[in-house]
Amino acid sequence: MNDLDAFSVQDALNALQSGQVSSLELTQAYLERIQRLEVKLHAFITLTPDLALSQARAADDKRVQLRKSGQPYPPLLGLPLAVKDVLCVQGMRTTCGSKILENFIPPFNATCVQRLLDAGVVVLGKTNTDEFAMGSSTENSAYGVTHNPWDLDRVPGGSSGGSAAAVAAQLAPAALGTDTGGSVRQPASFCGVTGIKPTYGRVSRFGLIAYGSSLDSVGVLGHSAQDTEIILRLMAGFDELDATSQDEPLGTPGCAENADAHSFRIGVPKEYFIEGIQSEVKDRVHQAIQVFADLGAEIIEISLPHTPYALPVYYLIAPAEASANLARYDGVRFGLRAESHDLNQMFCQTRGRGFGAEVKRRIMLGTYALSAGYYDAYYGQAQKVRTLIKQDFDKAFQHIDVIAAPVAPSTAFKIGGHGDDPLAMYLEDVFSLPANLAGVPGLAFPVGFDNKHLPVGMQLMGKPFSESLLFRLAHAYQQATDWHQHRPPLD
Amino acid sequence: MTLTLKEVEHIALLARLELTAEEKQRYQQQLSAILDHIAALQQLDTSQIEATSSVLPPRSRLRQDVARQGLTTQQVLQNAPMTEADQFRVPPVLDQD
Repeated sequence: MNDLDAFSVQDALNALQSGQVSSLELTQAYLERIQRLEVKLHAFITLTPDLALSQARAADDKRVQLRKSGQPYPPLLGLPLAVKDVLCVQGMRTTCGSKILENFIPPFNATCVQRLLDAGVVVLGKTNTDEFAMGSSTENSAYGVTHNPWDLDRVPGGSSGGSAAAVAAQLAPAALGTDTGGSVRQPASFCGVTGIKPTYGRVSRFGLIAYGSSLDSVGVLGHSAQDTEIILRLMAGFDELDATSQDEPLGTPGCAENADAHSFRIGVPKEYFIEGIQSEVKDRVHQAIQVFADLGAEIIEISLPHTPYALPVYYLIAPAEASANLARYDGVRFGLRAESHDLNQMFCQTRGRGFGAEVKRRIMLGTYALSAGYYDAYYGQAQKVRTLIKQDFDKAFQHIDVIAAPVAPSTAFKIGGHGDDPLAMYLEDVFSLPANLAGVPGLAFPVGFDNKHLPVGMQLMGKPFSESLLFRLAHAYQQATDWHQHRPPLD
Repeated sequence: MTLTLKEVEHIALLARLELTAEEKQRYQQQLSAILDHIAALQQLDTSQIEATSSVLPPRSRLRQDVARQGLTTQQVLQNAPMTEADQFRVPPVLDQD
């Protein structure tokens, strides 16, 4: 078992089903590769090899038992998976990339994790993330930066940068991520992998440590539309533990449909091809749109006029929600506590010491936006402009089926490249934020390279609950091209 | 939009964040720059626009009123920095005198 290069989720499942490889062999192969490459990449915060091996042995035993009794296998039985360290896995340290949760051991599983464990996955470990998923580079992790497998001097994107790097470097066949303002799609784009941010409410947020609750969604990163669709379908669906969980049918798997784009109307929003975007990003995305045209799609230029306001809206709403969500880190029930005989001092010192610079910055921003005298001008106005952004999408989807756009204005930037300039970092999210504000699904996938041989990604955004169509179109693209099969030169 | 140092200190108090003098200065400058950028929102006339607090249709759902297993006391307390007699222990909430 040393040729992991060929292994997609689908290949791994086929090999496990046919007995060509055992879960133990497959898991060992990934653990060995992790051991070899992790020093370069630092994709994980916590590795749990012993637990993974015992889960793999149990999966192999279960397969034997089920075979004997003629019963069907759970769909992902024995498949290794990496999990972003903002999702609770029972008994496995979950830090959120923060010192304040350095020793937090969840007593329960996130619903998405539970469903995948029920489907048979083996958890390899917890991947690196910007602290509380606040960031676009993984540089805000309290546990060190993750390196981009395509160029170790560059960031993998963020906040699901550990998951994206792990998949790109084949340290795991797929990984869970979360996306509040682009945190699945942008690192997928920077690392040359496929990443789905589902419709808000499609996947339960129970056990996802909250950042911006009206925006947070759990997604998947993998090597292809097909791989991510397989996993998304098994963790999606109604969950009574999440009040915003939706009970919408998944429909037919998109990757099982015809690999063409006939009769679909793809909208190309002019606001996503603005001055300042890297020219090669623009070129590769236009070339990919041409591939869709060749596959039979009708390409229509559209306008989403409020796109420029997505950034200010997001950087009010997300910090406001974060400032409320992160009030729970008070040193009482879990996490770090600074010892003091005064309660208020204990709160202030715990939070002052436990949170990193970006988290504090967003708590401050959100607290200000919600404070007496400023609420209407900032938070209230942001919520109204959010309505305008959502209406842009609603109107566009009256005459098109999906929207095609770049994921980010540029390819992966250098570690430390944005210095201590938060606004420059926030501008990285300019094309990924609108989908979260509108609650629509977005699927990012690689469409080529720039002249430094760094991956370029594009995204398809669809109507709420249209994930199947996004998968169908991306799958058609991946049948016609091979950008998703390129691997970084690491060995 | 320039925040004063006093305003930064007030926000930090509201947020229960202890900041160093250096952090206060840095946030004063950075938050002011971010608020300048955000000021673009004021250009839009939203007097006729409803606020979006959730993208989901407004609908609430009730679950069946049946008891189910929750976490055990031991599980609830397992991550606590300090406990006593199956409870979270905190510094005094009321003045002692």
